[in-house]
Amino acid sequence: MSLPNPFRATGRGVLALMRSAGAITLFAAAAVFAMVRPPYFLGQLLSQIWRIGFLSLPVVGLTAIFTGGALALNIYTGGSRFNAESFVPNIVALGIVRELGPVIAALMLAGRVSAGIAAEIGAMRATEQIDALHTLSTDPMRYLIAPRVLAGVLVLPILVAIANVIGVLGGFAVSTTSLGFDGAIYVQNTVDILTRWDVVSGLIKATVFGFLLTVMGCYHGYNAAGGAQGVGRATTNAVVGAAVLIFAANFLLTSWFV
Amino acid sequence: MRDETIKIAWKSVTKSFGRKTVLEGLDLVAYEGRSLVIIGGSGTGKSVTIKLALGLLRPDSGSVEIDGEAVEYGRENDPGVQQIGMLFQSGALFDSLSVWENVSFRLLHAEHVKKGEAKERAIAALDQVDLEADIADRRPAELSGGMQRRVALARAVVGKPNILFFDEPTTGLDPVTADLINQLIVRQVKTLGATAVTITHDMASMRAIADEVAMIRDGNILWHGDLEGVDSCENPTVCDFVAGRYSPEG
Repeated sequence: MSLPNPFRATGRGVLALMRSAGAITLFAAAAVFAMVRPPYFLGQLLSQIWRIGFLSLPVVGLTAIFTGGALALNIYTGGSRFNAESFVPNIVALGIVRELGPVIAALMLAGRVSAGIAAEIGAMRATEQIDALHTLSTDPMRYLIAPRVLAGVLVLPILVAIANVIGVLGGFAVSTTSLGFDGAIYVQNTVDILTRWDVVSGLIKATVFGFLLTVMGCYHGYNAAGGAQGVGRATTNAVVGAAVLIFAANFLLTSWFV
Repeated sequence: MRDETIKIAWKSVTKSFGRKTVLEGLDLVAYEGRSLVIIGGSGTGKSVTIKLALGLLRPDSGSVEIDGEAVEYGRENDPGVQQIGMLFQSGALFDSLSVWENVSFRLLHAEHVKKGEAKERAIAALDQVDLEADIADRRPAELSGGMQRRVALARAVVGKPNILFFDEPTTGLDPVTADLINQLIVRQVKTLGATAVTITHDMASMRAIADEVAMIRDGNILWHGDLEGVDSCENPTVCDFVAGRYSPEG
């Protein structure tokens, strides 16, 4: 007896999801294996650090400063309902460093980097450049994938550290120019509230997010099929997959850290 | 006297993609030092046949052997791969690298040749395919399709391989450039004394390159013989295909 269609469709969907999860896990394991085993392609790694890290600075910086400013305004408005306006510096600092800095930076990079990697590697797949690497005695996992994933893992904590500083500065600028806060007291409150663990936990999150967003870009690009349409699909899947994984990992890590 | 040593052997190879069976027990041999051209309609599995020999695909059953050794899937680290050169249909040049870095890719990354020497050897390889040294620092995108194909040929032969694969080497080129590519292929194969396997739809290319011709149909070899056998119409289907005559039987 065949199952009713909704069950069959749900079952097929769940199986497909599990197959994808398994394939991505195996791909991520292969990427880690490729990172630790020679040969190492240092030129590729430096190039990816430049592209993923340095070239992402403007977008991460702009996002952070606006987020910090908006956060200060919202906390001031909400806090004024129960006379808690003075907590603006504390909550902005904690919110940016523990949560928003890593998540916002990672989401921006999911859009910029995961999409870019998926499109680039997908186009290489479509034009047989990945097959060419095989025939030139070069393992694509080591030449293409490992440098990108390693660059993501190394660069994201640095970007997030910069985003944290800029985000807090955004809150500072809005609070001191529009909300009547004294600059020295704002800085003192920010420094007093933050512990070393607040900063470190945010940077650990950034490292995990860096791994996830580069793996998703690489995985979808590497497995792209079907020409230009396939590359487009790979790019979309990379961004959506990376964003969902970033939120899921953020929840798990936050539950673990608190 | 003709060398009958078998260089590459496809033994009862079956390969499917999903529900579509592309090769169904394919048996084929390429003899050492000879140039085999594989012809056949679109989607008959010509490219798959080459990719199996390169270890880019894994056969569902059967095996491909080079010098009597089974080809392993994903064997880019196998020293055996270094005796193989491959010219892809699209050229498959790396956009992010200059022409000389493309040509010397294997020398730099697999054989760890120093940069200066690798560049010299790349320029020498470019000269062998009638390209000037002044294009060495350009990017592939700055070159015409014919020049890109010649750069890809230089990349295929720079390591002096003894097996060369050519996947549709003249597709998309004008007849004059296609003829140039054919001549360069013949010259390189002769100079290296290599075994060559080419797949093509271009009958002029087949006539220029082939010592032997094999035609694939329905996942297996329909006919395999000397180039002369094509013209003497040993097999009517092959004869129709080469003449470009539509036949309801395929």
